[in-house]
Amino acid sequence: MSDRILTVEGLEVSLPVPTGTLNAVQGVSFHVDRGETVCIVGESGCGKSLTALAIMDLLPKRGRRVARELSLLGDPIVGVPEATMSDLRGNRMAMIFQEPMTSLNPAYTIGNQLEEALLRHRKVPRAKARERAVHLLERVGITAADQRLRQYPHQLSGGLRQRVMIAMALMTGPDLIIADEPTTALDVTIQAQILHLLAELQREFHMGLVLITHDLGVVARIATRVVVMYAGQVVETGTATEVFGAPRHPYTRGLLDCIPIPGKTKRGERLGTIPGMVPSLVGHIQGCHFAGRCPFTIDACTEADVPLTAAAGSAHEVRCIRADELMRSGFQIVESVA
Amino acid sequence: MAIYALKRFGVAILVALTVSMITFSMVYISGDPAITIAGEGARIEDIENIRRYYGFDRPIIVQYFDWLWHAVQGDLGRSYGLRQPVADVIFERLPTTMLLGACAITFGLTLAIPLGVLAAVKPNSIFDRAALTLAVVGQAMPTFWFGLTLILVFGVMLRWLPITGQDSWWNFVMPAVALGYNVAPAVMRLTRAGMLEVLGSDYIRTARAKGLRPMTVLFKHALRNAVIPVVALAAVQFGFMLGGSIVIETIFQINGLGYLAWESIQRKDLPMMQAIVLILSIIYVVITFLADMLNAFLDPRIRVT
Repeated sequence: MSDRILTVEGLEVSLPVPTGTLNAVQGVSFHVDRGETVCIVGESGCGKSLTALAIMDLLPKRGRRVARELSLLGDPIVGVPEATMSDLRGNRMAMIFQEPMTSLNPAYTIGNQLEEALLRHRKVPRAKARERAVHLLERVGITAADQRLRQYPHQLSGGLRQRVMIAMALMTGPDLIIADEPTTALDVTIQAQILHLLAELQREFHMGLVLITHDLGVVARIATRVVVMYAGQVVETGTATEVFGAPRHPYTRGLLDCIPIPGKTKRGERLGTIPGMVPSLVGHIQGCHFAGRCPFTIDACTEADVPLTAAAGSAHEVRCIRADELMRSGFQIVESVA
Repeated sequence: MAIYALKRFGVAILVALTVSMITFSMVYISGDPAITIAGEGARIEDIENIRRYYGFDRPIIVQYFDWLWHAVQGDLGRSYGLRQPVADVIFERLPTTMLLGACAITFGLTLAIPLGVLAAVKPNSIFDRAALTLAVVGQAMPTFWFGLTLILVFGVMLRWLPITGQDSWWNFVMPAVALGYNVAPAVMRLTRAGMLEVLGSDYIRTARAKGLRPMTVLFKHALRNAVIPVVALAAVQFGFMLGGSIVIETIFQINGLGYLAWESIQRKDLPMMQAIVLILSIIYVVITFLADMLNAFLDPRIRVT
């Protein structure tokens, strides 16, 4: 078990909103072992970013988190004093954010901000911290690192800033990195570079990586395991091969249909869309959260809450009472219904 | 940085020149200066003599450049009332006003900035409401009224502080408080707004994600960014304060520039008034320049282009 880096068991996150309580994350469970890349996918508002922030204990001020278990390297990270958390944050676990343009402090040099990450957690001389910063900037593909250290964030492009953020996360040599849509704000050409860099660094530093992304193509290539979230819940989880090769949840299926596949999708052919809207998470939703948009919904779907159940003899779990039935029929029932 | 400083300096010089032109023409806007000096019931010949004696018969442009030429050499003319060189009187009184101004702005800022920070860190808390109340009261109260109230309470009723004069530091307490409290509301509200905005920003989240201690996050990462607009505002407020010092110095009988201004207005001592307005304006221009420099130091986006 020494290789277990992160355990998340029954994580709940709620936020007060004017109309009540927003149950943004409802019982999310997953784990990350050393050397694993776990990808969390799902549409905007499904709770994946809040899951990440909850692990780091960086939720918005009024956000509440509870979990049956939330532990890093075997030690609990929920219900512990803030001092303990801040000793771990940026030290054993680091986070890379969505917005590289605004995630660096405009008033300080890149060097200052990189060094600070190490100096907070290690008793090393400033010169050593600087040395490490130069080394990591070079590692993340920034040339003339010495000069970059003296520059300010506004003098760097978005791609460079995200590389700086990645280098910053690596300063202490963390065991876990959480990257929350690290490429959303970047140019398409830069996106692939950054994601590949992350995957490479994860192997090189032998860390656990939680990657939250929309880019299912990348997920398919680099994920050890995939967690598909919908409306605050995990709806399907398994290895990348399991989830992408044989999706068992209608939502996962729908997500995959939305992506063009080179060579397979014909020019001019309409890409799939999932009709309808994500349900409001204020209050309690009875039964399956996806029922309102699912073409396979039957009465039983909304009668009781649907548990996450594993397929026989594997860790491929799905939250759908008709999963087996749909798999056997090859998801064809839809035609007869429609 | 050097280029930026040079640019700001150039602008400051231009502003000072414009101000000097306006102050100079003040004399003419307020009527024929020769008639004013001669006083009521003077004969035409006397007025003509005065006009020639002071050089009012020359074209105004010539007079201005003549005045400016002397002014840059430190010669601001002779006071009509005091029969002394204006510059001597002004430089005798200036340190008192500067001291009062420094005390007042220090009081105002040390009251406003910590309260603003506290209000932003705990929005809608008891601190926030107390700070808001102080700000509303400070904004609504006229300086002269507040000064008089202080005299009444601390000077007359409690007898804690001396009412007038400038013999000791205690004499400066009430005037500095009266003057400085006026500066506090705007600075406090801007500090609060700035801190609230900065505390919600992505780079503060990054700082917390690095595990930095709350004090480091607050003071190193948040305050430095939040205080940038406050510096500019404080400079403007300092200007209002210089104006306010005319009232306050008169109330507390402090022998500074403000009091001198009041005396000169009563005596219709034009060269003196002209010079006081000019000096106060130049102090304001210098303060603004220093504020610009401080901001360039705080914000690399201004400094490095």
